[in-house]
Amino acid sequence: MEALKRLAKSPAAIVGLVLLVLVIGMALSAPLLFPKDPLGLAGRPLQWPFLSARFLLGTDTTGRDIAAQIFHGARVSLLIGIVATLLSITIGVAIGAVAGYYGGIVDDVLMRITEAFQTLPNFLLLLVLVAVFGSEIKTVTIAIGLVSWPAAARLTRAEFLSLRGREFVQACRTLGMRDPQIIFREILPNALPPVIVYASVIMATAILLESALAFLNLSDPNIPSWGNLIGTGRSVLRTQWYVSAIPGLAILLTVLSVSLVGQGLNDALNPRLKKR
Amino acid sequence: MMRVLLLALRRLATSLPTLLVLLVGLFLLLQLAPGDTVDALVAQIGGGDPTMIDELRRYYGLDASVAVQLGRYVWRLLQLDLGYSAIYGKPVSDVILERLPATLLLMGSALSFAFAAGMALGVLSARRVNKWPDTLISTLGLIFYATPSFWFGLMGIVIFAVKLGWLPAGGIEEIGAGYTGLRRILDIAWHLLLPTVTLGLIFLATYLRIMRASMLEVMNLDFVRTARAKGLSPRQVITAHVLRNALLPMITLVGLQAGTMLGGSVVVESVFALPGLGRLAYESVVQRDLNTLLGIVFVSALLVIVINFLVDLVYAHLDPRIVT
Repeated sequence: MEALKRLAKSPAAIVGLVLLVLVIGMALSAPLLFPKDPLGLAGRPLQWPFLSARFLLGTDTTGRDIAAQIFHGARVSLLIGIVATLLSITIGVAIGAVAGYYGGIVDDVLMRITEAFQTLPNFLLLLVLVAVFGSEIKTVTIAIGLVSWPAAARLTRAEFLSLRGREFVQACRTLGMRDPQIIFREILPNALPPVIVYASVIMATAILLESALAFLNLSDPNIPSWGNLIGTGRSVLRTQWYVSAIPGLAILLTVLSVSLVGQGLNDALNPRLKKR
Repeated sequence: MMRVLLLALRRLATSLPTLLVLLVGLFLLLQLAPGDTVDALVAQIGGGDPTMIDELRRYYGLDASVAVQLGRYVWRLLQLDLGYSAIYGKPVSDVILERLPATLLLMGSALSFAFAAGMALGVLSARRVNKWPDTLISTLGLIFYATPSFWFGLMGIVIFAVKLGWLPAGGIEEIGAGYTGLRRILDIAWHLLLPTVTLGLIFLATYLRIMRASMLEVMNLDFVRTARAKGLSPRQVITAHVLRNALLPMITLVGLQAGTMLGGSVVVESVFALPGLGRLAYESVVQRDLNTLLGIVFVSALLVIVINFLVDLVYAHLDPRIVT
């Protein structure tokens, strides 16, 4: 409750929340406002925005409605962001918890694997995964989740390292609780807050990763993704630059909203750091 | 000096198991890919009879068990033999070496830009903490962080190359101009200006945030108060006492972000049609040239390890408190 009050006092967090609600609203209202297929032909190609009421944001190179693609794109971006983030947090927490709790050889092995992932540029690893497994939307989402977990694992491990020696954990051991019980029921709830805050960073990165992949034409071409639209607009960049500009703004605002909310959460959960 | 080297070498040694994990992981990934080298070759020559395909498999050692193949693969990589690219018709290492300079140039200049600008803005922010310059700088940082780099690049092209005509829209140098010496260097710098800023701006945000936090941390320490009490001017306190200490986390960040920067250059090189490693990675995905792609991943990992080694050297040199 205290944290929520602090969150409501930070102007940055409020701006972020408003933007986020806006994007979520776009995603939810997309099928109502634009019931037709956003990738279907809608009208004359390359109409500039704000000229006709029918195509408020204009049309792209093949005559598809840009506004419809922006609204449906919000669904895609949020969905990919949320699913990939959940996946990477799950992997990261599991690996970090086991490594931090058991220490020793287990820790060494798991941390070497984590480092291997961190040594690899994650966009390159993403390219490899897409090259091997294909670029269907499900595959891309899973691949993004698979390349984003190392930082979450390190964060969880650090929390577990500092928590595992505390009295309440020793008390649990004395009570004869088993390891999985101690890890998941006792330590994890205490270790989770910083990881949850970090989830906002992962989600922001996941959205950016997908858009970059789509821009390069390596994501699923059959979904209305903002990155796809920017890539489409590239061929007419010199004259009809709005085709690329509009979806870019959508990505910018979405990622900004997620980061602002994350930062606001961080400040609200660690009020002592705020004064700095 | 010996101490510094020893320390960095020890860190380097711990990265060897990491590299091994990486190699094994890459190999297993390759096994999952549909089709092998022989399939690609046969497809290229337009089909072949089964006996010839078996012959080819034996020739390339693909008839051995996975474990044996893994051993051979790691052994080849240790000799820096990255295999052969069927698409480019030459060894992968040659293809990569041709493309490496452009990427190193782009990364180096983007890193310098992000580091210098991040440092300057971070100091400015920390000196006016919670006043309007600080808020403005932090907000700009957040916006840069949230912007997709390729979009930044495209808008840069629209404004500076198409509308204003100040900068070239792509490429690494004027093709066919035949510049030599200094003229050529200037030409390349001219072409790299927009890509450098594009790649640098995303990282600028992180650098400036870390610099700001670390300045504020150091400014609260006792030795800074002592320096102030001695009667040094604020400028002297910052330049002579705070800056050197505050720079340490920034140096760490260079190592941490080396990989991300390489990943970012894939996109930026594609936007500006630069003949670098990143663009090569993209092309090899499109052409299904897995040998080249894995070679690039391997070289990138090596590059990240080398950068981290250099960072350790600098770090140990700057901070004498670190002991082996």
